[in-house]
Amino acid sequence: MRELVCIVCPKGCRLRVDEENDFAVTGNSCPRGAQYGREECTNPTRVVTSTVAVSGGVHPRCPVKTNAPIPKSKMFDVMAALDGLVIPAPVALGQVIVPDVCGTGVDIVATRSV
Amino acid sequence: MSEKVYDVVVVGGGPAGLAAALSAKENGAESVLILERDHELGGILNQCIHSGFGLQWFKEELTGPEYAGRFIAQLEGTGIETALDTMVLSLDAQTHTVHAVSRTEGFRSIRGRAIVLAMGCRERTRGAIGTPGMRCSGVFTAGTAQRYVNMEGYMVGRRVLILGSGDIGLIMARRMTLEGAKVLACVEVMPYSGGLARNIAQCLDDFGIPLYLSHTIVDIQGDRRVERAVVAQVDEHRRPIPGTEITFDCDTILLSVGLIPENELTRGAGVEIDARTNGAVVRENMETESEGVFACGNVLHVHDLVDYVTAESRRAGAAAAAYARGERAEGGEITLKNGAGIGYTVPQRVRVQNCEKGVDVFFRVRAVYDGDLRIAAYSGGERIAAFRRTHLAPGEMERVTLPRAILEKAGEEITLCVEEGAT
Repeated sequence: MRELVCIVCPKGCRLRVDEENDFAVTGNSCPRGAQYGREECTNPTRVVTSTVAVSGGVHPRCPVKTNAPIPKSKMFDVMAALDGLVIPAPVALGQVIVPDVCGTGVDIVATRSV
Repeated sequence: MSEKVYDVVVVGGGPAGLAAALSAKENGAESVLILERDHELGGILNQCIHSGFGLQWFKEELTGPEYAGRFIAQLEGTGIETALDTMVLSLDAQTHTVHAVSRTEGFRSIRGRAIVLAMGCRERTRGAIGTPGMRCSGVFTAGTAQRYVNMEGYMVGRRVLILGSGDIGLIMARRMTLEGAKVLACVEVMPYSGGLARNIAQCLDDFGIPLYLSHTIVDIQGDRRVERAVVAQVDEHRRPIPGTEITFDCDTILLSVGLIPENELTRGAGVEIDARTNGAVVRENMETESEGVFACGNVLHVHDLVDYVTAESRRAGAAAAAYARGERAEGGEITLKNGAGIGYTVPQRVRVQNCEKGVDVFFRVRAVYDGDLRIAAYSGGERIAAFRRTHLAPGEMERVTLPRAILEKAGEEITLCVEEGAT
């Protein structure tokens, strides 16, 4: 039995995941919690947010995110892929900054326009 | 003074001001002006690049800039006017006049039929909590560090200690770690965290950062820059216990030790302030005790979630629009009082005639409670309502809805309290 705090929403439900019983989840108050509990014990993922440098814009940095969760073990690989990147302004909200980052099949996208 | 009188003047262009302005417009205000001191709208959301915003309001997970961007985009075509780089210096709560200054317009006096205060909050600093030690560089509030890292592109340090477990500190623990810093520990003087449980999980536990509860910094050492910090356990009176000291070799200390509503304008205008929230005293429609002056968002009380700021600010905006077209709330007031375990309530006063279905009361508890709990409402010695809970914590804002039928049964006061054990 593994105990987790659900991170899907701010409620922070305390989940219990039964690893010997097909990762059955208790303590959740919604179906997303059950899904999170199962995935956290089998294939944990996170959305990574960071910034990239912008040239010629009103701001020196543009905030970005993975447009879907990536494997937790690849968080630092994704950060390394963004290091040193400089993109020219203008940047549009939702613009793909790095496609298929680190072979995850997930894109890095801009979260604002600059 | 310019001749034009706006229906609604909103002070502050962050999430509260944006929602209030949009709601005022939707609810019939013809002319709405937002005054913002920064060079862009969105407020502090612009530096909150992490995700987790909007789950309640938009039913999807957004980053701070995306959440703000949705509302900024909604302004288009509404005719809502914005004045950026404009600092409001003072407010006259009787004539609803704001005095503001900007580089392009100089000094201006602007009148509104109604005023919405949405100035947000600011961080408590080292001076506010009296941390001992050398006055070297390298001590930042977590939000200042967040702005340097996320917007200006400066790394603030390499070996980081975080004092206080508020959400911004937890978020910055993760952010600094991802940017290559070593976050040594998060130190919290209280026996429980001030942040959301999910942030402990995804910002500290994910990266193996230890959380020291009932600990505080007793010394900061360093010549020009922070070189080390001494942390000690505290007793139940928050006094350091000799012999429990741990020394951390760090170059940076981030403070996440609470937020204070920024009410210089409000106080200057003589609007009644609640010492418990450090925000204005408000009625059910977010109107302060100064008629036609409304307040919403973190300037009123510090929220955990921007989604709740949006909901509250929409009520303020709608009420301001109604006031601007001459509608006046009538009827007697019920005063909401704090009983056992309740830290504050917002609103503090309720006019029953002005509550269509009931009133949402937001509050914080004073301690952590677990088990079979009730939030009970008493009036005239009689229990008029009770709401079941299993977990309550000061770090998590709570809400109960008092229906109009119950308000009508109440006398001049309603006292909310926490009750343990099934009753």
